[in-house]
Amino acid sequence: MIGHTARREEERRRGIFTRRAALLGAGQLALLGYLGSRLWSIQQEEGEKYTLLAEENRLSARLMSSPRGRVLDRQGRVVAGNKLNWRALLVVEQTQDVAATLETFSRIVPLTEAERLRVERELRRRRRFVPVVVREFLSWEEMARIEVHAPDLPGILTDVGHSRTYPEGEEMAHLVGYVAPPAERDMDGDPVLALPGMRVGRAGIERFHEKVLRGRAGVAQLEVNALGRVIRELDRREPLPGEDVQISVDAVLHKKLRAQAKEGTTICVLDAKTGEIVSLVSQPSFDPNVFAAGISPAQWREWTSTRSTPLINKATNGLYAPGSTFKMVVALAGLEAKVIGPGDRISCPGHLDFGGNRFHCHNRRGHGAVDMRVALKASCDVYFYHLAMRLGIDRIAAMANRFGMGVDLEIDIPGARRGLVPTRAWRQQAHNKSWGLGDNIIHGIGQGWYQLTPLSLAVMSARLATGRAVQPHMTRAIGGKPVRGTKPEDFPSLGIEERHLQLMRSAMFGIVNEGGGTAPRAKLPPSYGAMCGKTGSVQVRRVTRQQRERGYSAERVPREWRPHALFVCYAPHHDPQYAISVVIEHGIAGGKYAAPVAREAMITVMDHFRGVTTPQPRVAENRRA
Amino acid sequence: MSGVYERRLLTQDRGFGLLQKFWQIPWSFALLTCALAGIGYVALYSAGGGPEVYATKHATRFGFGFVLMLTIAMIDIRLIARFAWAGYLLGIGLLVLVLLHGNVGKGAQRWIDIGPLQLQPSELMKIMLVLALAAWFQRASYERVGNPLFLIPPAIMILVPVGLILKQPNLGTALITAMIGGAVFFAAGVRLWKFALILGAVGCAAPIAYDHLRDYQKARINVFLNPESDPLGAGYNIIQSKIALGSGGLWGKGFLQGTQGHLNFLPEKQTDFIFTMIAEEFGLVGALGTLALLLLVVVFCFLVAMRCRHQFGRLVALGLGTNFFLYVFVNIAMVTGSIPVGGVPLPLISWGGSAMLTTMLGFGLLMSCYVHRDVEFTAARE
Repeated sequence: MIGHTARREEERRRGIFTRRAALLGAGQLALLGYLGSRLWSIQQEEGEKYTLLAEENRLSARLMSSPRGRVLDRQGRVVAGNKLNWRALLVVEQTQDVAATLETFSRIVPLTEAERLRVERELRRRRRFVPVVVREFLSWEEMARIEVHAPDLPGILTDVGHSRTYPEGEEMAHLVGYVAPPAERDMDGDPVLALPGMRVGRAGIERFHEKVLRGRAGVAQLEVNALGRVIRELDRREPLPGEDVQISVDAVLHKKLRAQAKEGTTICVLDAKTGEIVSLVSQPSFDPNVFAAGISPAQWREWTSTRSTPLINKATNGLYAPGSTFKMVVALAGLEAKVIGPGDRISCPGHLDFGGNRFHCHNRRGHGAVDMRVALKASCDVYFYHLAMRLGIDRIAAMANRFGMGVDLEIDIPGARRGLVPTRAWRQQAHNKSWGLGDNIIHGIGQGWYQLTPLSLAVMSARLATGRAVQPHMTRAIGGKPVRGTKPEDFPSLGIEERHLQLMRSAMFGIVNEGGGTAPRAKLPPSYGAMCGKTGSVQVRRVTRQQRERGYSAERVPREWRPHALFVCYAPHHDPQYAISVVIEHGIAGGKYAAPVAREAMITVMDHFRGVTTPQPRVAENRRA
Repeated sequence: MSGVYERRLLTQDRGFGLLQKFWQIPWSFALLTCALAGIGYVALYSAGGGPEVYATKHATRFGFGFVLMLTIAMIDIRLIARFAWAGYLLGIGLLVLVLLHGNVGKGAQRWIDIGPLQLQPSELMKIMLVLALAAWFQRASYERVGNPLFLIPPAIMILVPVGLILKQPNLGTALITAMIGGAVFFAAGVRLWKFALILGAVGCAAPIAYDHLRDYQKARINVFLNPESDPLGAGYNIIQSKIALGSGGLWGKGFLQGTQGHLNFLPEKQTDFIFTMIAEEFGLVGALGTLALLLLVVVFCFLVAMRCRHQFGRLVALGLGTNFFLYVFVNIAMVTGSIPVGGVPLPLISWGGSAMLTTMLGFGLLMSCYVHRDVEFTAARE
């Protein structure tokens, strides 16, 4: 009975179970089938897309920076090189206790609190296996001590990188420039700039030849894991080291010239025929090594706020009125325009009255009736007042431009100023006023709105000496190959009549070497040949009538009121070798103070090159400094 | 009276000796488990970059598990049914213990240490629940199953472990446990309208429940809905897993050649993402092959359920089959980005002693169902 009921009941249960189990089983089968189709769509239909993504995951290109090219002086001395930078690095995952390791480290090589904070900050940002720089620029002794204590310093590694070094320090800073970590504006699309420790040229040759010096980064194709850890290297393109750049400046000579220049003095020495820059001295200067290591804000403020502006290369960026050194340009413009003949005399009573103003000659008693040569020799202002009024500013400006003033000299020093030679159009544009006839007067003696660099004055001097459009430049060779032409024939003629130039040269000879000249102090000893030059003294402040009546003397006024002293020259007279310009800020008088500096510089340069043969640029075999 | 009847049956079975039982063991299924463990060995060999990290130990564990499985296979199913209650209470006890003294992993208390073994009681609980429910319904006629009052105790039997697992908190396992219980209910013949009622209630409660989820659980759901929204954060796993699968293509990159797995782009490649390793190195062919073998296990479970002549065995086989299916489905759906990441291992293939132990325990019970498919239980009560 029971069995029968139970069996019937059992049949019923089984029937229901079977139906429902079939339903469940079918559902599960369908769901697993769905998974199969998912796999099909991911692995087959989208397979290519994911294969690409997997490759991207796997591969990582690492850039390797190339050693920066060096800057060599005329004799092949290194003036900007690379030094080995020994560094201590910390890898977190290799140490049990970061704090303890740093503590031990600081007992071996003292760490400042700021350094320790920086390290801890960087450690937090990086992955555990990425090394963080604990200390750079370790000395040999410090390295030795770290190596000896290596067992006590788990996680500390040492390695060697490169850092920029300037063996000449502040001596060559204005020419060679300096490097600094790249800023936003330095990013020129070269990915290597993103590497830690990269530096870019910020001034001088370092900046002008940035691309050449930087070289090309190497690339390593690496296989990386999910954390970015390198598993192996798949491919590698070696970095191409930057090329060495040789400049025309001789470091030893440059140093001698710098020693002769006081603060505020600028000396430009050009090879008169080739335009090669022999030296550009701008005092004071700065130490570019400070930038390579990373400049402190305090140092930066000091250098940028001080009046002596050490960061500025005054030879290319200092702007001055040329004063009387400009008179040759006015004279040549007059001769070419035929508004005056070489022998035409103009009477100088010591002043010129025009439009209610009295324009004084530097000689209050006047020079009498003077012709051009005498007017230049004695630097008669009244003669040039008259001449300038006959010429008008535009013809003077055109001649000045031909002498390299107020134009871009295309020099290989970035940021060099072109200066300003005023014209009627400029006056209209800049001040919205028309050029007055009276404005010509002071512009005839190189005063007024002129803003010229000492370098352009040296260029004028070289062009007067050669009659050619000599271009100043500093780069002698790149990667051992000489660059552009250094022969005088490469430069086109200025197109000025030779007899006019000869008159100028004769006058400049007289200024230094004849009685009545304004620069007897620039006369060279006979063995050096004859110097030709022109003085200039530029008022920075108007001298009032009261001052004149009380007996004005530039030597007795406060320094910043004193006139600038200028001198331009070349030598020797008949075979010009070197052209020099000297500008002494607030140096009072060109003839008295600038001329002797130029004379000493000329002697130094000639002495230096007498018997010194400049080696032809050769391929530098040994790149490592 | 029933006791006498039962004893009689047992004496009748005296001739059913151990040797006979041994020959009754479904050896084709045993072979199937070996094949899957072999796949696990290969995948773990690759994941560890050699046998010593995972693979050897995996094989050893499987060996122990295999013996355990065969041993359980020969235990009389009626004995198992009688002690199902004890097993259930043990499971509950362990769940309480894990809440009190468990090890915290990923913000949840899930493990307890038993000697060298890290046991995840929720895994054991699923099997014990299946046994207990099967034992309950074994004695119930269709009419009794229709009585709502009769369903209250088994419903509580489901809700207690589900509640404890939720408290860990482990939403995924709690849901899976509830689903297994539901499957047993369904197969036992609980009326369909009751399921409709419960599903409706759950549907209404879901938005409220979402508010009570932990942040990481919400993150999982949100990331699942849009994995690319956070490629380096919570969505990273899903994206990297899909990249590994997709880059495997039809034939795969070859044994030990998978880049995603070997370069550690795959998270937890030896456990939850082991299937991805297989799919990357052996391609769609390897992946579908593995999936087919896993499917065979599920099919076998249902076949055993159909063959059983007693309700207990049927429900146990179906419940264990559903349990296994849910492991496989959740794991593979997770690595293919079809459902939120849930931390479910792939049975027999993933690395892990606790999972291997519970899987083999389940297989042992399943085999016992098969071996004892024709034994007679006491008749169902009226």
